[in-house]
Amino acid sequence: MSKITVSATVNGDAADFVCDATETLLDVLRDRLGLTGAKEGCGTGDCGACSVILNDRLVCACLVLGAEAQGAKIETVEGLANGETLHPLQRKFIEHAALQCGVCTPGFLVAAKSLIDHNPDPTEEQVRYWLAGNLCRCTGYDKIVRAVLDAAAEMREANHAA
Amino acid sequence: MPLDAKPGMDFKVIGTRPVRPDGIDKVTGRARFGADFNMPGQLTGRVLRSPHAHARVKSIDVSQALKLQGVKAVVTRDDFNADAVDPALMDVLVNVMARDKVLYEGHAVAAVAAVDAPTARQALKLIKVDYEILPHVTDVEEAMKPSAPVLHADMFTDGVEPRPTKASNIASRVEFGHGDVEAGFQQADVIVEREFRTEAAHQGYIEPHAVVASMGADGYAEMWCCTQGHFMVRNISAHLNGVDVSKLRVTASEIGGGFGGKTTVFLEPVALALSRKANRPVKLVMTRDEVFRASGPTSSSYVKVKIGAKKDGTITGAYAELAYQGGAFRGSPVDMGAMCTYACYDLKNVQVVGYDVVVNRPKQAAYRAPGAPQAAFGVESVIDELAQKLGMDPIDLRLKNAARDGTKSSYGPTFGPNGLIQTLEAAKNHPNYKVKLGPHQGRGVAVGFWFNFGGQTAVSMNVNIDGSIALAVGTPDIGGSRASMGLMAAEELGIAYDKVRTIVADTASLGFNDVTEGSRVTFSSGLATVQAARDAIKKMCGRAAQMWGIPEDAVEWKDGHAHPAGANAGNFPPMSLADIAKDAGNTGGPIAGHCEVNAEGAGISFATHLVDVEVDPQTGRTQVLRYTVIQDAGKAIHPTYVEGQYQGGAAQGVGWALNEEYIYGKDGRLQNAGFLDYRIPVCSDLPMIDTVIIEVPNPGHPYGVRGVGETGIVPPLGAVGNAVSHACGHRMTVVPMSPPRSLKAIKG
Amino acid sequence: MRYETPATIEAAVGLIAAETGIARVLSGGTDLLVQLKAGMIEPDLVVDLKRIAATREITAEAGGFRIGSAVSAASLREHKALRAAWPGIIEGLKLIGSTQVQGRATLTGNLCNASPAADSVPCLVAAGASARIVGPSGKRDIPVQDVPAGPGRTNLAKGELVESIFIPAAAAHTGSCYLRFTPRTEMDIAVVSAGVSVTLDASGTCTAACIVLGAVAARVTIAEEAAKAIIGTKVDEAALAKMQAAASAAATPIDDKRGTKEFRIEVAGVLARRAVEKALERARGK
Repeated sequence: MSKITVSATVNGDAADFVCDATETLLDVLRDRLGLTGAKEGCGTGDCGACSVILNDRLVCACLVLGAEAQGAKIETVEGLANGETLHPLQRKFIEHAALQCGVCTPGFLVAAKSLIDHNPDPTEEQVRYWLAGNLCRCTGYDKIVRAVLDAAAEMREANHAA
Repeated sequence: MPLDAKPGMDFKVIGTRPVRPDGIDKVTGRARFGADFNMPGQLTGRVLRSPHAHARVKSIDVSQALKLQGVKAVVTRDDFNADAVDPALMDVLVNVMARDKVLYEGHAVAAVAAVDAPTARQALKLIKVDYEILPHVTDVEEAMKPSAPVLHADMFTDGVEPRPTKASNIASRVEFGHGDVEAGFQQADVIVEREFRTEAAHQGYIEPHAVVASMGADGYAEMWCCTQGHFMVRNISAHLNGVDVSKLRVTASEIGGGFGGKTTVFLEPVALALSRKANRPVKLVMTRDEVFRASGPTSSSYVKVKIGAKKDGTITGAYAELAYQGGAFRGSPVDMGAMCTYACYDLKNVQVVGYDVVVNRPKQAAYRAPGAPQAAFGVESVIDELAQKLGMDPIDLRLKNAARDGTKSSYGPTFGPNGLIQTLEAAKNHPNYKVKLGPHQGRGVAVGFWFNFGGQTAVSMNVNIDGSIALAVGTPDIGGSRASMGLMAAEELGIAYDKVRTIVADTASLGFNDVTEGSRVTFSSGLATVQAARDAIKKMCGRAAQMWGIPEDAVEWKDGHAHPAGANAGNFPPMSLADIAKDAGNTGGPIAGHCEVNAEGAGISFATHLVDVEVDPQTGRTQVLRYTVIQDAGKAIHPTYVEGQYQGGAAQGVGWALNEEYIYGKDGRLQNAGFLDYRIPVCSDLPMIDTVIIEVPNPGHPYGVRGVGETGIVPPLGAVGNAVSHACGHRMTVVPMSPPRSLKAIKG
Repeated sequence: MRYETPATIEAAVGLIAAETGIARVLSGGTDLLVQLKAGMIEPDLVVDLKRIAATREITAEAGGFRIGSAVSAASLREHKALRAAWPGIIEGLKLIGSTQVQGRATLTGNLCNASPAADSVPCLVAAGASARIVGPSGKRDIPVQDVPAGPGRTNLAKGELVESIFIPAAAAHTGSCYLRFTPRTEMDIAVVSAGVSVTLDASGTCTAACIVLGAVAARVTIAEEAAKAIIGTKVDEAALAKMQAAASAAATPIDDKRGTKEFRIEVAGVLARRAVEKALERARGK
């Protein structure tokens, strides 16, 4: 099988890789680029554990071919923090205990970031519907929703102050 | 161990809500779960699974697969020596690799290891299995009929006298109770008798099973996997592969949910066998489809309940009959279901009979309070109906009959102090119980019980040179338990929480630990942590005594410091843990505390749940409006994580009650093996879940801890069932209460 | 499997027409990749249309909208004019999978996957949308309902693909709505669905209506009798009741893991009525 050469930008850095035509972006991130933050919970777009932002759109990396990433800008959970400084969502997830096992957490964080990018002041209902593609089996979602609302509020305040 | 935590004891660290030690790893993507680990030279494994529900495996031809470029090993039943396997583990062996028959769709028949995933997939297609298809049965009631296809020719029902001479699918019969139920029913003014059915639910952990195994020709091996019990994985995997337990070291990865589903082995012994044959590391990861078809969901059930009561609400007699299918092997949790059936009630005349049944489905695995929710659905529904018939408030009826301190339980033991009454009273006073309901809305109440386990536990605590603490436990952390262990260690030692680092040690570094199950970890590993801390404290007091030149028993430990135990002991300034640690090298060497224990004294836990629903009268669709969990935690070590357990249990219960079910076709194949059609609740399906933590200390734990993980899934089926029944004006008797079932109920 | 990214539609057609094995077109990929994962298909060639500029565009045409075959549902949801003209189509798009899936899924893909439960199709049909098909022998426009042949099968010939979908302008006083029934609020497949378009005259009399049911037959069902029940009326209670009964009568579903026949027939009428009521509100609001 001849491989495909792809150049993309991942979390702001150039990332070149080769992949098979059948490999998904998730396979590429995990197995070729060593970014195992995105998880494979289902491989069929039903759980959101592999959520990444592809050219400013929230997608499931398992539903994108690696080859499609040519020239694309990809953001993953590994790119959320700025050095030692956690993204407000990351901090709020820890503070609110919005994770138990934590395997869905990277997907939730990326999806929530995409939400706040699109809508800085979401209602509880908007949070719940936006995140409906991210399954969590541990928490019943309560603390996740609270963490997202709290992070959004903090980010609004910071923007307002700035 | 006696209770030395007096109520109102002045805890300094316990009960606070610090951040968890694995928090940053888990929000940055650094935490390594089962599938996140790789070894140099690693091969990719895949498992070939049966497409048939029941068939004889006449032959397996792997020759073509072995010829495929890149295939390094293939294993089948012939690679496991069944003759050398402990009879008690034979079912485990047969489940991980089929022998003479496949017993369910998804049953493993062969596995390959290859250089990459496409090659492994291709190799599976080249394996030729000759099946002789046999009649199958997947329904528990059908499987009990004399005419049903029999799965195991050597299964003769245990617990029946005389022992049957004809093989059947009923593995055993169990019975619990006391008094005379018939006499009890004669005293009753009202009797309600109903039949209930629940479909099988899957634990639905988001992380599929995954393992990396590496074994050399000499039998020395390493394994990395996501499991609730890596010591169990080690013992079973080593045994099934005929190697010494000491040669296999298992490291538990971060675990992406388990809920009981990762308390056994599926892939691990197979990965080890493949690795040995290929002499290279092998990684096996289940697809989601495989998780549904080939790991262990819970039992589907048939439950019959009959309860009689006097006009004042006093229950005079209670009977139940349970039949749970455990998949293709004996071992459904019907015994625990039968023990839990009436555990919430103080009854004079009670009898529960349970049947453990086999069918052509995957071997069931534990699922949060295994066996209890199905029985509780029946009992709590009938109690609700009795309350309607008696014109009583459903909480009052439960209060009148509730188990309390001194109640002889329906399954034998006499209960000690517990919080059932307090949860009921808190429910009655909760604002959510007073909200006025609108049209098509209904309110449900239910109670639930779980035993909580103890078990074999080993903990090691090392006092480091700077006074920080390395705490090694052997129970995988599935919901924040490292934080709880750190809190308990800090409390006992009298130091700050952030001075303790808790890790889950590998199997070579610690004594045997039972699996993380039965809500045992905060209790057992917590108890062992406190004991280990006391052991370390005793040694530190000894070191201080040595430095001060006074007898060891003249030193006492207070607030993280060694003190002379009184004026006669001498006048020395207190010595901190860090001071003692710094000089350890000069006073006798490393300081460590240990505890190896078979923890007893686990405390039972009760909960009361309240739920309001609205049912669309034209489509039967149920929306949960508000949900309240009130549960006795004994002592909440980290209250936020206790709330999380309550909320998670309730959410799982709501999913099971409303939409989750294994759907089988006539061909015996699972029709909904994916998260699209196996519908666990999504974020927009649920409201916020309110919680109330009741604390009635468990006398068996130094800080009063009771397990909290499991009780939360026991009441929801009944609570939601009662709410939907009131909203529909019709008693719901089948779980899940999916829209077609509810609509049918509404339409009559 | 080969993966190709042609720069023009003609090149794409050339690739799939020339392929002797199995060729598949990739736009959003939300169905294709699932089928690949499950091993349901093993194509020899996948042609990704997203490098063709026209496939990513929404253009105004004759008062309506031409939607390139690779425009994502998320982009369409953000299109103000489309949202105003055909809220029912947007409602369908909003229900496809999840936020993540909508980041990739396309109208054309939803249509060509040929599922009778496709969320965007009933309202496309109700709106009178057409698909522009391009193939070795040129271009042709056909009504969108004629693209699926049955579950998982289309009427496209070898070498053909859908280049774009045209959604005509909405007549004055037209309202549309899409509703589906699923056990969960999101992340689900329609057990039954209804997409409707209703046009009123100045006096409030219904002059045109199209009521389309999903997941009640092998293809979407145009419930003509149901539409007739309200056309020419003021859409009063009697007309609505008649319409609801006719919608139920038009449903010819099967029993499957997602729902029973009996349930689907009943709920088809309920949803048709609720959708018509919502569409009326919108028509009257204009």
